[in-house]
Amino acid sequence: MAHSYTPGLRVTSYTTLQRRRILPLKGDVIVKVGDRVRRDDVVARTDLPGDIATANVVNRLGIQPSEIGRYMLKKEGEPVEEGELLAETRPFITWFRSQVKSPITGTVETISSITGQVLLRRPPRPVAVMAYVDGTVAEVISDEGVVVETAGAFVQGIFGVGGEAWGPVVRISKTADEVVTPDMIAPEHHGAVLVCGALATLAVLRRAIAVGAAGVIAGGINADDLKELLGYDLGVAITGTEEIGTTIIVTEGFGRISIADRTFDVLCGCAGQVASINGATQIRAGVQRPEIISPCDMPPADANGYGHAGGLAVGDPVRIIREPHFGRLGTVAALPSELRRVESETVVRVLVVAFSDGTQAVVPRANVESITR
Amino acid sequence: MSQSANLNVIIATDCGSTTTKAILIENVDGVYRQTYRGEAPTTVEAPFEDVTRGVLNAIQEVEELSGRTILDGERIIAPARDGRGVDIYISTSSAGGGLQMMVAGVVKSMTGESAQRCALGAGAIVMDVLASNDGRLPHQKIERIRQLRPDMVLLSGGTDGGTISHVVELAEYIAAADPKPRFGIGFRLPVIYAGNRDARADIERILGEKAELTVTDNIRPTLERENLQPARLKIHDLFLEHVMAQAPGYKKLMSWTGAPIMPTPGAVGLIMQTIARNQGINVVGVDIGGATTDVFSVFDGVFNRTVSANLGLSYSISNVLAEAGLANIMRWVPFDIDQQDLRNRIKNKMIRPTTIPQLLAELKIEQAIAREALRLAFIQHKQLAVGLKGVAKERTLSDVFAAEAAESLIDMMRLDLLVGSGGVLSHAPRRQQAMQMMIDAFQPEGVTRLAVDSIFMMPHLGVLSTVNERAATEVFDRDCMIYLGTCVAPRGKGKPGAKACDWEIALSGGATERGELAAGDLRRVPLGLDETAMLRANPARGWDLGAGPGKPIEAILHGGVAGIVLDGRGRPIQMAEDRARQVQQILTWNRATDQYPA
Repeated sequence: MAHSYTPGLRVTSYTTLQRRRILPLKGDVIVKVGDRVRRDDVVARTDLPGDIATANVVNRLGIQPSEIGRYMLKKEGEPVEEGELLAETRPFITWFRSQVKSPITGTVETISSITGQVLLRRPPRPVAVMAYVDGTVAEVISDEGVVVETAGAFVQGIFGVGGEAWGPVVRISKTADEVVTPDMIAPEHHGAVLVCGALATLAVLRRAIAVGAAGVIAGGINADDLKELLGYDLGVAITGTEEIGTTIIVTEGFGRISIADRTFDVLCGCAGQVASINGATQIRAGVQRPEIISPCDMPPADANGYGHAGGLAVGDPVRIIREPHFGRLGTVAALPSELRRVESETVVRVLVVAFSDGTQAVVPRANVESITR
Repeated sequence: MSQSANLNVIIATDCGSTTTKAILIENVDGVYRQTYRGEAPTTVEAPFEDVTRGVLNAIQEVEELSGRTILDGERIIAPARDGRGVDIYISTSSAGGGLQMMVAGVVKSMTGESAQRCALGAGAIVMDVLASNDGRLPHQKIERIRQLRPDMVLLSGGTDGGTISHVVELAEYIAAADPKPRFGIGFRLPVIYAGNRDARADIERILGEKAELTVTDNIRPTLERENLQPARLKIHDLFLEHVMAQAPGYKKLMSWTGAPIMPTPGAVGLIMQTIARNQGINVVGVDIGGATTDVFSVFDGVFNRTVSANLGLSYSISNVLAEAGLANIMRWVPFDIDQQDLRNRIKNKMIRPTTIPQLLAELKIEQAIAREALRLAFIQHKQLAVGLKGVAKERTLSDVFAAEAAESLIDMMRLDLLVGSGGVLSHAPRRQQAMQMMIDAFQPEGVTRLAVDSIFMMPHLGVLSTVNERAATEVFDRDCMIYLGTCVAPRGKGKPGAKACDWEIALSGGATERGELAAGDLRRVPLGLDETAMLRANPARGWDLGAGPGKPIEAILHGGVAGIVLDGRGRPIQMAEDRARQVQQILTWNRATDQYPA
């Protein structure tokens, strides 16, 4: 049977996953292998060096850089308080005395006799890394972090914005193709992850932010709404650091697109349970897709999984991911091996997709996504 | 560099961000030819995390197609014996995001710019240019250095014997930021110092313990001279020693290659320089990828390269829309489309970058976006490919520091060859489309030959040129370049329909074609590959084909798969302001050059 390699997103009601939780700089790991951890438990922490402030002592005192040592009241490494004297001249007439006070509380980092700059460093900033998912510590990477293992439902979205968050999953839309309205989101959805059907409109997103929802999951979002929400036009799909008040994950793409049935089923199966979500998306070099992880101890009776890159064979379900049939679902009817010329005159490998209404379409293989394995 | 003459079979790979491409080059009857190619997904990322896996897969495809045994298990057989193996294996790499650098110089438009040119020419992406006069406060500079986490820093500043305080100040900022490299949490960041030699001792004192410091010759020893090569070589060394060595599998890969692995754009730059030198011509090359667009130029022997990090046709396509604006894209599209729908389509391409246009309308939109990406990348290139600033000339001081647009080394009238590369150009369904995209974006003037890289083998040939220049140039001429034809474009402006020039093309078979090119006209004259013709043209008053306004020219035209394009649309191209007329204009141009099916 003919096969084709095609990418897909993972969607499963039960799987085992590992997540690396690494510090930005070396520090202390405070859990050990085998420890049970909650999503909000700190697993590693470190101190980031404090920010730097500068004091141009020579300009302020009207001296040469080579003379700076004579006028400094503090040495390198000494602590200083904001407003404390750093350096001063001692003229015969005190009225002419010039002083330089520290602009910050911290330590004197360097005193340069070449540039006349004094660099001051603020106190270190503590940074903690949390477990992000409920699970067990599977590995400790000495001084750097841990690997947390968990099991449960796992859904990869196609695109997201906003970082890590968690909360109970609440189904807002009745069906995968419904477009929800802002009035369907209530104050009790504070802290929840909301499943919102085929389109997250700007009004719905604003309402979700207003009530303090942890996240919004939808089939699609309009590019203009995203621009309005972010305040800029997203040029490159590298996201995860946006601070817009909630995390958004779209499962299908831009525009109004129903959430794929099985994705919707898995999300509905998580309703009432806590999910850890992350909108971070990176499509270039080291693909990272947004994710929804809802840990549970036992696999559900109807556990199923699909997605992931792999072979495609006749009979497999696919989704078309580019015009003219963008968003339509069907099954592979044929995988002809010869190259075909499509309307744009591009010569490509194609497959034949059969739709549920009995019609068929010839589509470039690059323009379908596997939704089963 | 020493050249190996006894190379008959060569396997070369380019490990890109997504695909590893292998080509086989063989000496066939005394001439080097590229004979087979294979490709496989790059395997730098999880779950493989070993670049050699993708290399072996790509070579295996070459084995299957060629029938030649190259691998013995997971080892490349070298040298070749009894019809098995290869004489040398060479490679370039841009996997893992390529080489990302931060550069620093004292004056932004002088040593800052020299440092930028140095890093770009070595194949790096420049994340930021730090300068004493860049307008940022000291703590902002320090915060920025800390945030970026580059692979490497190039610190320059000051002419030899000049003042040292400013460059020392920059070193102090770098030391205070104590930046960490992108790869390897416990490693020290490589810093190259290529500034005022009198400051070396101070730089070593300040950075010696905090960074992996390398000291080399000043890139700007005097205001009048730029000396980029020693620092570029150091960048390549450190790229191999520090950056590559951290990437998964590269230590093994380095042990396989018969020449140092080069950053992909560095290798492309090398082959461009070789071609320009050997043929004595001025060249502009462009490689438009999914994420970035690289532009290379060699004018009067001076090489420049820029990379527009966020101008590309898949990962970065949405950024082209953001930077160019919808109106600039739509001016190339001969139909109207709902804006919301168009923006959604572009964003969908961004998140699913491997899809291809099935509909003709989608192809036209994608090629319109390509024109704008190329145009913007070329603007950036022209801004950096300039003569040295701050050099004493017969001008006032304010002139020296004034906007330098006029000093760009890129003179489109003197451009001999424009080479395009990247999927949208190399794989355009019709070659005329590639030719027209490049003409519209670059707007060559006078007589300019155009070509595309058939299968993006310029990186392979660049690194090959370091071991065997003859092999590299022979393959470049015979297999790499697909000559599209020649563009004849008088520079000037005129009312639509008014005469721009009279032209006469004498074909090699004796036939002659002649006509009048009017302002706003675009015409195509077929002239096949390996054919030449003699052009005699008489520009109207105010129009210039290279000899001066209104002066006649004679030139040899080289044919190609698309032929000759006579472009009377003016420079810059005069587009109709009114949208309805604009649509008619584009339809007329497309028909004239047989761009799309009717």
